Amino acid sequence: MQLTTKHLLGIKELSPSDISTILSTAEQFKEVLQRPIKKVPSLRDVTIVNLFYENSTRTRISFELAEKRLSADTINFTASGSSVSKGETLLDTVNNILSMKVDMVVMRHSASGAPHFLAKHLPDTSIINAGDGINEHPTQALLDAFSIIEKTGSLAGKKILLIGDIMHSRVALSNIYLLKKMGAEVMLSGPPTLIPVHIKKALDVQVEYNLKKALKWCDVANVLRIQLERQNQVLFSSLREYNLSYGVSKKILSEIDREIVIMHPGPINRGVEIDSDVADSNQSIILQQVENGVAVRMAVLYLLSGRQS
Amino acid sequence: MQTLLTAQQLQLTLNRLVHQLLEGEEDLRDIVFIGIQPRGVPVGNRMMELAAQLHPDKNIQYGILDITFYRDDIREELHIPKTTTLPFSIEGKKVILIDDVLYTGRTIRAALDALQDFGRPNKVELCVLVNRRFNRELPIQPDYCGISIDTVSSQKVKVLLDSQEVVLY
Repeated sequence: MQLTTKHLLGIKELSPSDISTILSTAEQFKEVLQRPIKKVPSLRDVTIVNLFYENSTRTRISFELAEKRLSADTINFTASGSSVSKGETLLDTVNNILSMKVDMVVMRHSASGAPHFLAKHLPDTSIINAGDGINEHPTQALLDAFSIIEKTGSLAGKKILLIGDIMHSRVALSNIYLLKKMGAEVMLSGPPTLIPVHIKKALDVQVEYNLKKALKWCDVANVLRIQLERQNQVLFSSLREYNLSYGVSKKILSEIDREIVIMHPGPINRGVEIDSDVADSNQSIILQQVENGVAVRMAVLYLLSGRQS
Repeated sequence: MQTLLTAQQLQLTLNRLVHQLLEGEEDLRDIVFIGIQPRGVPVGNRMMELAAQLHPDKNIQYGILDITFYRDDIREELHIPKTTTLPFSIEGKKVILIDDVLYTGRTIRAALDALQDFGRPNKVELCVLVNRRFNRELPIQPDYCGISIDTVSSQKVKVLLDSQEVVLY
């Protein structure tokens, strides 16, 4: 059984059965990561290039670890210090790398649709999207789903709340696609300036601008990062004010009669979207998300590496 | 379709194998049994039930191993992995691998590779229900064997779990 796709461009392009296959395969890789020797020889003959045109800590380390634990050969490429600064185009850069016999490309790019562009021009190479602009971040949504299932048992029927900058968040969009496909209910909360007006209708989600009401509704709250680099767009007045209205604090959680699961894709702005005592509490699964990221990425690489039978 | 072992014969064969495996084993602390996914597991399960009847007071260590990630044909066909559960250390122990049918030997080759990632056993032995003598592609032979049969590669051997028979077709 294979995935219905050769690339992982976004959750939008995956079928529910693809998602289930990836998640159940990830479960087996999680077991591999508990072994004394956390490495399997599956991708011994595969070379993968990690093309990072945008900064990243977690995703890059996670992909690199996943590749190494599958015994793949890896090359890391960062835009700074490369010929990109001499004006080489994306397609030229990738074609040059591929002519040195590389089998798969993991790419993060600040332009939405960059991996789709590559996939169109390079049909024989598997392209894995590690985040493109404000479009999608599929492996993050997959690891979030894996972590929710691990913590609560299932996705179907679960009430998941996404809080924060929905408009600029590729994590949010991938999460919405995935959760809807797997039968979960999705609610968005955040300042009206950060939630696209038509998203309710377009993606069949609920919107609740009052954080306390939203938290009361949900089983799991995924707190998104406020992108400090977008501060100059004046979408909310100050970080302090954002924290007062939409920051997840111990106080607001204590006003809810049950314990909800708290998630965050990182990097955390402590004291802005989430307070330290919540991020470090027992109901937060933030570090489990990071741990599961390696297993989920191993599953994606493994399932996309199989050549056509 | 030809029946190689009827339900009754299968029961006798499994009984004999379990007796052979446990023969001369005073202390079961240093011996572990591992069923190989997918079809070695039901065979292993049945053998462990019988072993538990022979040694009701002893703790028998039994795990299951999936060899998908160690296959040598991963580029030809993609397989979805199954569960591995080895809730004990194999370091310095005698490991007995259990599978339903030994044919090309490639599964066992992969299982030996997989075992290395869990530690260094003192000894590894192989127990199979059916040994298809021809068409071996690697120098691997069973230490314990239910029946040996001569087949050609177009034939298939299957352990039918519902009717508890072993058939050739």
